[in-house]
Amino acid sequence: MSALAALLWRELRVAGRIGGGGAVGLVFFLILVTIVPFALGPDLNLLARIGPAIIWIAALLATLLGLDRLFQADEDDGSLDLLTLSATPLELIVFVKCLAHWLTTAVPLILATPLFALMLAQDGIGLASLPLTLLAGTPALTFIGAIGAAITVSLRRGGLLMAVLVMPLTIPVLIFGVSAANAALGGTISFATPFAILCALSLAAMAGAPFAAAAALRQK
Amino acid sequence: MWKIANPANFSKLAGRLIAPLSVLTILCFAVGLYLSFFKAPADYQQGETVRIMYIHVPAAWLASFIYFSLTLSALGTLVWRHPLADAAQKAAAPLGAGFTLICLVTGSLWGKPMWGTYWVWDARLTSVLILFILYLGLIALWQTVEDQNKAARLAAIFTLVGAINLPIIKFSVDWWNTLHQPASVFRMGGPTIDSSMLQALFVMALAFTLLFITLDLLAIRNEIMRRRVRRLLMLAASAGETAAPHAAAPQFAGEVHA
Repeated sequence: MSALAALLWRELRVAGRIGGGGAVGLVFFLILVTIVPFALGPDLNLLARIGPAIIWIAALLATLLGLDRLFQADEDDGSLDLLTLSATPLELIVFVKCLAHWLTTAVPLILATPLFALMLAQDGIGLASLPLTLLAGTPALTFIGAIGAAITVSLRRGGLLMAVLVMPLTIPVLIFGVSAANAALGGTISFATPFAILCALSLAAMAGAPFAAAAALRQK
Repeated sequence: MWKIANPANFSKLAGRLIAPLSVLTILCFAVGLYLSFFKAPADYQQGETVRIMYIHVPAAWLASFIYFSLTLSALGTLVWRHPLADAAQKAAAPLGAGFTLICLVTGSLWGKPMWGTYWVWDARLTSVLILFILYLGLIALWQTVEDQNKAARLAAIFTLVGAINLPIIKFSVDWWNTLHQPASVFRMGGPTIDSSMLQALFVMALAFTLLFITLDLLAIRNEIMRRRVRRLLMLAASAGETAAPHAAAPQFAGEVHA
């Protein structure tokens, strides 16, 4: 148990030091959220309607870019080999790394979402429900992304391939996330249904992805 | 399963099977196309455009079936370490992408006169599009990873993860309100299509399946030969090294010592 706790603590400290980690993801999130109104024009009604979708797309892309950090640095300096050979099960190690990645990349996004939602003309309920849906859905994005990151870890320029591999698997998360966010703003379906499915996707990803990612890490 | 695991045995067997299979495929297509375009009746509502169904539906069945066979090959690579499973995986991915593309394009062409739109983002079309992207991802993975054994195992893992899409495709028309029509053939309570159309449909499905099997055998045999060529090239390269180690770098040695 303490080995995993030590790993978690190490991941959090490393993320705080090198390459920006969560901060860069946050800035990218901000850039995406500001670019879209520039492209669409200041029509507030339009922005209010598609605001949840923009936030979710930005969260997905920011997570995708940050996945590079998950295994690549450890692969480059050899720590990944040590982790693979250790007595602790590789699946648990992957779980802890993903958890640390989620804490340092996705949680800043979730905390910043109300501010960005304001920029996209969201109000009241939307300001509360959007971060909630992100909270439920970003674990799925991180853990499914870990599978892609593990598959492409040993490739020199595997970043684009990882995005191609991860994208089709994360589309359902995106669909249900935006559906839940829109349902909270009023509409024909209740918020609970897509939100429950979103939570289910996250839990399933947290349970299953470490096995696939660990199997891929062992192949390298 | 294990006698043909020897690639040489498989190549021989494939070589013998390909000619009769090709003839059978052509015959099946001939009968199927005749049934589809001449014998089967026009639909009371859709008219003659219903005949796109005889290409669209078998292509769709094949798209899912090929991914299913990819899943079995992936298990063969990871679980049983079957020597042919790697080649089977690499061979089937482009074929699957091709059939999925046929399904999407013919469906789109059918949708315009029927639904008034070439494309709609309902559950069935979206999940088949995801299947297409999964195939493309697999092809990209095979192209990017140089070590073919490692590529096979990584592709196998990715295939198994993506296999969750198959039941989603099948049941998407039941679980969601879709513009795409619900299941008419493989459903509880039996098919709802008239037997005159069902006959043509099944013959075309058989033709498509035979086409896939023929192309798949050809592709696996090609992959076996490709690997053999690669191995021979590498052996030749390393033989060249050991034969003349000093002649390999005369200038540098001269420059360093001069």
